[in-house]
Amino acid sequence: MRRMPEPILEVRDLTVHFYTYAGIVKAIERVSFDVYKGETFALVGETGCGKSVTSRALTQLIESPGRIVGGKVIYHSDKGPIDLLKLREEEIREIRGKEIAYIFQDPHASLDPLYQVGYQIAEAMVVHNTVKDLKEGLQRALSILKRVLIPDPESRIKNYPHEMSGGMKQRVVIGTGLTNNPKVLIADEPTTALDVTVQAQILDLMNKLKRDYNTTLILITHNMGVVAEMADRIAVMYAGKIAEIGTAEQIFKNPLHPYTQGLLKAVPNPMKRIERLDAIPGTVPNLITPPSGCRFHPRCPFAKDICKQKVPELKEIEDGHFVACHLY
Amino acid sequence: MKLEPILQVRNLKKYFPVKGLFFTKGHVKAVDDISFEIRRGETFGLVGESGCGKTTTGRTILRLIEPTDGEVIFQGKNIMELKGDEMKWFRRKAQIMFQDPYSSLNPRQTVFEVIMEPVRFHGIHVDDPEEFVIKLLESVGLNEMHLYRYPHEFSGGQRQRIALARLLALRPEFIVLDEPTSALDVSVQANILNTLKDIQREFGFTYLFISHDLGVVKYMSHRMGVMYLGKLVEVGPSDEIFEKPLHPYTQLLLSAIPVPDPELAKELKAKRMKVEGEPPSPINPPSGCRFHPRCPFAKDICKKQEPPLMEAEKDHYVACWLYSKA
Repeated sequence: MRRMPEPILEVRDLTVHFYTYAGIVKAIERVSFDVYKGETFALVGETGCGKSVTSRALTQLIESPGRIVGGKVIYHSDKGPIDLLKLREEEIREIRGKEIAYIFQDPHASLDPLYQVGYQIAEAMVVHNTVKDLKEGLQRALSILKRVLIPDPESRIKNYPHEMSGGMKQRVVIGTGLTNNPKVLIADEPTTALDVTVQAQILDLMNKLKRDYNTTLILITHNMGVVAEMADRIAVMYAGKIAEIGTAEQIFKNPLHPYTQGLLKAVPNPMKRIERLDAIPGTVPNLITPPSGCRFHPRCPFAKDICKQKVPELKEIEDGHFVACHLY
Repeated sequence: MKLEPILQVRNLKKYFPVKGLFFTKGHVKAVDDISFEIRRGETFGLVGESGCGKTTTGRTILRLIEPTDGEVIFQGKNIMELKGDEMKWFRRKAQIMFQDPYSSLNPRQTVFEVIMEPVRFHGIHVDDPEEFVIKLLESVGLNEMHLYRYPHEFSGGQRQRIALARLLALRPEFIVLDEPTSALDVSVQANILNTLKDIQREFGFTYLFISHDLGVVKYMSHRMGVMYLGKLVEVGPSDEIFEKPLHPYTQLLLSAIPVPDPELAKELKAKRMKVEGEPPSPINPPSGCRFHPRCPFAKDICKKQEPPLMEAEKDHYVACWLYSKA
């Protein structure tokens, strides 16, 4: 599949710091990437690599003590390009939830236990003025429950969240995210809290909805299996920086960054017999005082002198395959 | 080669009462009549989705929870009948490692105290405690630098190593590993799994490895059991189960795992079993075979009669009417 990719989001030098008592946590430093229209773009990495912070910073969803200290997020809306980070709170609210919607990891925390799920879905539409009143919203809510394949939606619409299973709740959350037909859907570990058989159902559902409504999906996950199954392109993050960007095939077949290589070797593949997993030595660094130069150098088997001194820039090694490493 | 069993579980049941306002409303049949054996020196994997009873099984085997019914024979003794010194012997020989490394260590004890406490409790004599603890720390990849630090100074992976050193101090023979790496990142997980394999080889441990992560179970275990709603549905050599799963639930479970390989993923996805719904409540499990409402191959008998665990192939057991010869 080769077509001229048309970006919907262009992220440039995005930097977020958290001002804590212990010091300034440099959660993400100069993160840059493009997301193309209609693709599934995955941000992968381990705990604390900054993948969630990145996804939240896209629409200024960073709360104190965190602050976006620099960068640009160009969103190509129907009305032309806008820098999302320059918008005022009221303006960004118009876009967040309507054109760029989120699904979070924990479906229990995303739903209000005191309201029926139908009401909660309808509320999202009323707030964004996509329906004229709650009554119309409830009617739409019913069709949304059908869309996310909830059995018996007529009675389910009156359920409270505690009356539903985890998978069912995540379907409602996905439905709520999709109410306003967003252009971009950001799913932050959408299946991590679910069992594998339910996970498979939810991933199928997300793929189907993405096709039906031509939504761009940004998927944040630590699960390499989910990435392999879903993503068109992948960005691997480590310690607040992007280590590598490429198509799913490039990343899995020809990983360039030593961290990506290590990460892929550390995952036990259930379909292969593995005698011994290759582990990455050491642990993720503290981001208050991150390592100098390349942040991976203390754990990297190929580290050279330059890696300690100079921060590597992202370089395009083959068509569409970028890596931030001094080896190349 | 068939190894001798170190532990035999026979007709184990654990029901938890569900309390109503005045009366008990019913029971959650967390573990419902399961039998299997674990052989000396092997790793037996126990897999299943949340609520299938795998953790309850692990804890009941150690008598951390009293079973409703059934026996567990450990080295010839029924541990449900042990008292006093014999129970203390069992408590030393059989250990457990928990999932959450943040709640399994006392925050007010240094690493040295954490490791020495059970040693003192069991009255094990050591000539030089400091030397003894350092040796243990080294065998799990830590060192003497860590001796007088507190748990909060360690990362999740390091805490699991401390918990591991604490078990090793008692020279157990059988260890229940209850999702020991679920709270850890993959790069750290690989380290811990390798360490577990190394010390098993060195000390000849037997493991019961409980996990929902099938990739990890495949990597770790020699034989495995698959649980669904409190029942064991399949038991056999891990490689065989992964290659040729017999029970429809095992087939569903295996086909649902996302594989970290885009090409293979595409191929497998096309063949993936389509099964709707989620496991039902263990309070009122379905009649007959508990999987029948979701099973694409369900027959009449599946609704009426519960299938026993039958040997379908050599050393490979399955509880499913599809494999019944009668």
